Amino acid sequence: MAAQRARARLRPEHLSSRKPEEAHPDDPRNSARPRRCRAVIGVAFDGLAYGSLLFLVSLGLSVQMGLMNFVNLAHGAFAMAGGFVAVVLMSRFGVPFLATLPIAFAATALAGAILERLLYRRLYGASHLDQVLFSIGLAFMSMAAATWIFGASQQPVRLPAFLRGQLHFAGADFGVYRLFLLAVVAALTLALVALLGGTRFGAQVRAAVDDARAARGLGIDVDRVFTAAFALGSGLAGLGGALGIDVLGLDAAFPLKFMVYFLLVVVVGGAGTLAGPLAAAMILGVCDVAAKYYVPALGAFTIYAVMVALLLAFPAGLLGRRA
Amino acid sequence: MSEAPQLPAARWHAAEVAVWVAACACYFLFPGYRVLASQVFIAALFALSLDLVLGYAGILTLGHAAFFGVGAYTAGLLAAHGWGEPLSGLAAAAAVAALAGFVVSFLVVRGEDLARLMVTLGIGLLVYEAANRAAWLTGGADGLQGVAMAKLLGLFAFDLEGRTAFVYSLAVLFAIFVAARRLAASPFGLSLRAIRENRARMPAIGAPVRRRLVAAFTLGAAIAGVAGALLAQTTQFVGLDSLAFGRSADVLIMLVLGGAGRLYGALVGPAVFMLAQDYLSGVNPVYWQFWLGLLLVAFVFVARGGILGALDRMRRRFARR
Repeated sequence: MAAQRARARLRPEHLSSRKPEEAHPDDPRNSARPRRCRAVIGVAFDGLAYGSLLFLVSLGLSVQMGLMNFVNLAHGAFAMAGGFVAVVLMSRFGVPFLATLPIAFAATALAGAILERLLYRRLYGASHLDQVLFSIGLAFMSMAAATWIFGASQQPVRLPAFLRGQLHFAGADFGVYRLFLLAVVAALTLALVALLGGTRFGAQVRAAVDDARAARGLGIDVDRVFTAAFALGSGLAGLGGALGIDVLGLDAAFPLKFMVYFLLVVVVGGAGTLAGPLAAAMILGVCDVAAKYYVPALGAFTIYAVMVALLLAFPAGLLGRRA
Repeated sequence: MSEAPQLPAARWHAAEVAVWVAACACYFLFPGYRVLASQVFIAALFALSLDLVLGYAGILTLGHAAFFGVGAYTAGLLAAHGWGEPLSGLAAAAAVAALAGFVVSFLVVRGEDLARLMVTLGIGLLVYEAANRAAWLTGGADGLQGVAMAKLLGLFAFDLEGRTAFVYSLAVLFAIFVAARRLAASPFGLSLRAIRENRARMPAIGAPVRRRLVAAFTLGAAIAGVAGALLAQTTQFVGLDSLAFGRSADVLIMLVLGGAGRLYGALVGPAVFMLAQDYLSGVNPVYWQFWLGLLLVAFVFVARGGILGALDRMRRRFARR
């Protein structure tokens, strides 16, 4: 039941409401080609919005896998935590949706920093098997805790009125919330580019990515850079989880349900850059939405096939740079 | 020096004999638990197959259930379409799973840990979704119905109390275990361990690394297929969960719990895991997942090497005194 609803969420709702039999026969827009054309625009738009969410959540994972060489299967748990922070703040304390977003960011960033200091840090040099076991364990615990506190059902979100509805533009409909998502992620990406490219902290992160030992030799406190980067990544994941309640859905199974997508963005995109994961997330988002719209009978099969094909075609990531 | 490999390890240690005698004794001691015991044996066989791939060859995989499920569906489909003879069903399942493993192995062997992890994860999900969508063949989410098994060897029918299932699974497990034990001590098994320890140096002594890994992965897939077929035959049902990610994760956990890279780890881990699961998820399934997660986290920090690794350490400390 919950899974069905989650899948329905992933499907572009406003597209499915525009099936041919519902369209008015006199409508000049109803001839075959423009309709297909509008559908293409709609699918691409929804795919980009979906991809931007994937990008936002996966960015932290990209840093962890690139910078610390850590396979973190529990990254989705931070996104889920951010989503639950937003839901609780809205439903129990009446905090407006937009105000919950920075709190979700801060709360998950703090949780990330604490967990990094206490647990993750000890496993940076460990084998990938140990990292996988540890992070699966963490994901299981987060899912069990979420089920215990919130139940297994899908969490509702009530968006403010100005973020609901559709914008009609150039003959196609665009969901206002998805436009908002794209704008937020674009702004955050620019901010991150500025942060990584133009500040001292950014220079330290880049140095540590390139060569942690040399960076240490230059007097950079690599440990602290790790913690800060981990916290930033976790916070972005939490923010993505909060922003994504309406698009991805939110329930206790979230960490495992989307684990593959996040991992894929990182592995296909190649770690250590911003552009790689961005491109991978957009490709993945558009492919997933398009596959579910055009060949719903195949379900998630298409996206997994794309995934395996991408992995085989780009073993070193799209941009060919790996830690 | 304590782990210097002996060649060939033909002699059976008394503790080994005791393990198998204990397994047989369960038939008489706990007649109410025969069905559960047969499930444990099947899980042990599955863990053994992963042990060859992960514990010996060092290939990190998160999609091993794909081969388990392929074997289960092969045996189940054969039985559902009139071929209910169990042993030939096992052989067919092993052959199909081995073929699948052979094909996949070329995609897996070429990468590093992370790439292997992703490719196996992707293929596991791909196979799951394919079975889910091909409902005309597999029954989809409802599972494969109408699996009707013939009598084992023409003599023993599969009964509800699990008598035949118990003996059948234990016999198959034992036969394959003996073969795996021999294999692990053979030059082939040693070369797998050497590849795991240092892949870069193995070509220098003339070992064909790629071919060895392909062979190990194919063999692991075949044994996983046998395990899946055993489950399909003894329960006379095949569900989608035989292919699910959860099964891949569970078998990994069982193996590591027992101790990866040791054959008996693949036996001890599933036994402890499944008894705990049977007890704890009877209390509350959510708690089970929480305790499992906590166990994993604690495990990575304090008990590397699994139960058998901990026993070894204790024994060594004891011997030093």
